[in-house]
Amino acid sequence: MTAAAAIAAPKPRRRWKEPSILPGFPLAMGWTLTYLGLLVVLPLAALVLRPWELGAGGVWAALTEPRVLAALRLSFTTAALAALVNVPIGLLIAWTLTRYAFPGRRIVDALVDLPFALPTAVAGIALTAISAPTGVLGEPLARLGIKAAYTPLGVFLALVFIGLPFVVRSVQPVLQELDVEVEEAALTLGATPLQRFWRVTLPVLTPALLSGLSLAFARGVGEYGSVIFIAGNMPMTSEIAPLLIVIKLEQYDYAGAAAIGLAMLVISFGALLAVNAAQMATAGRGRA
Amino acid sequence: MTGSRIRLPGLAPLFLALALAVLGVLIVLPLGVVFQQALSKGLGAYLEPLRQPDALAAIRLTLTVAAISVPLNAVFGVAAAWAIARFEFRGKSLLVTFIDLPFSMSPVVSGLVWVLLFGAQGWFGEILLQHDVRIIFATSGLVLATVLVTLPFVARELIPLMQGQGSDEEAAALTLGAGGWTTFWRVTLPNIRWALLYGVLLCNARAMGEFGAVSVVSGSIRGLTTTLPLHVEVLYNDYEFVGAFAAASILAGLGLVTLVLKTVLEWRHAGELAASRKH
Repeated sequence: MTAAAAIAAPKPRRRWKEPSILPGFPLAMGWTLTYLGLLVVLPLAALVLRPWELGAGGVWAALTEPRVLAALRLSFTTAALAALVNVPIGLLIAWTLTRYAFPGRRIVDALVDLPFALPTAVAGIALTAISAPTGVLGEPLARLGIKAAYTPLGVFLALVFIGLPFVVRSVQPVLQELDVEVEEAALTLGATPLQRFWRVTLPVLTPALLSGLSLAFARGVGEYGSVIFIAGNMPMTSEIAPLLIVIKLEQYDYAGAAAIGLAMLVISFGALLAVNAAQMATAGRGRA
Repeated sequence: MTGSRIRLPGLAPLFLALALAVLGVLIVLPLGVVFQQALSKGLGAYLEPLRQPDALAAIRLTLTVAAISVPLNAVFGVAAAWAIARFEFRGKSLLVTFIDLPFSMSPVVSGLVWVLLFGAQGWFGEILLQHDVRIIFATSGLVLATVLVTLPFVARELIPLMQGQGSDEEAAALTLGAGGWTTFWRVTLPNIRWALLYGVLLCNARAMGEFGAVSVVSGSIRGLTTTLPLHVEVLYNDYEFVGAFAAASILAGLGLVTLVLKTVLEWRHAGELAASRKH
């Protein structure tokens, strides 16, 4: 033991921080850690610890309550569906914006970010007005026998609206960087446009599409403002998980509310990890 | 933007029409409906609900909350970016993960955590009650919820930019004898000002428009703890649709102004914004 230590070269002291001539590290770091500690870590600790007041069995019972299960299922499935639908729509819009010059292109480009910029409650009542049976979109749908507002379909619509910019903004920079020559080479080598898209363009875009998908999904799962107006909020059918948290809080069931919040965080985190893994697996491929 | 537009005869007009149709229905239509509904009973009926004391109180509260939250997060963003982009230390990626975390939390959860801490049955609920301090159902709760939701905006804008710029200019200033603060004010800040403004712009838009997080901590006491987005909800649930859409139109206007300023910054100062500036 002592012999081994003596033989080993004097180990360079592993520093926590590399030396630098720049000043201000203690102040900047101290402020950052204090701020994050008080505003992120402490609140999250409450979220992680409070549910267990119920005991493990109690947490399980709170989460497997049929109404809670239905809400979690609705939030996660509609968010996943909306994110999936946003992939082709977002790709189409990003493609149009990067490949075609048309008058007003920059304005259209800026408008894509509207769902980020519009407060969610405003989006919520606007989407409800449109898809209500008397609305511009709701009326033709109603004639087809489809109810949009106050059903899970309404939830889906709101989440498509909220998620769209994530996909467009993830794909757009990659499309802009994409070497047109590679595509043209494929074309001159006799590839049909469809082949070219499928075999040349899409593989390069896949990581960006997956990252857009996961961002849209994560946002959709937790979305509240744009959804609660259009959802109708019927227990068991159109009640989203975040709303159930609000309802539990109104009943002073803090532990139950925290249990749902924690479950949402854990499931979203798991889903994000899965998408990240898929992204890493596809990122290596498709590089020309 | 490379000069990379391929002519695709045949399908191009179809793609373009399809993309514009989708954007029209999904984005322009909702925006238009807000103003159409707000003005549906005429200009007088539009302005009347905006003159109500409750509406004015909501506007004032929204401005107050943003005026406290945004500077706090701007200072935090600069401090965090200075620590992260200018120094090498262990655990950096973990720190960045914690800064990003609020973006992946549901807004409702961002409100919930404060109730778990400071609500009647929260960890510190008893102590607050004894000292007669109110956080939940009061302005300070609204500020805490808003700060948490908007915490990453400025930091996320500055960190990649400052990492890309490197610290050569600051090092030069320091070796020439400038003090730390002088270097920060005269070298760093001018280099990051547009990105800082960009981050503040997005942070402010979200702070003024936030709904989920503040609705959890507000209790929606009319005229006291309702911010403008919550005021929209209160009116809407009371079937005062014109009033709700009138209030919403102010928020929609805020969103549009943000969008315009953001686009201008992207056009004029693209090189001085982080490469990841899109969203």
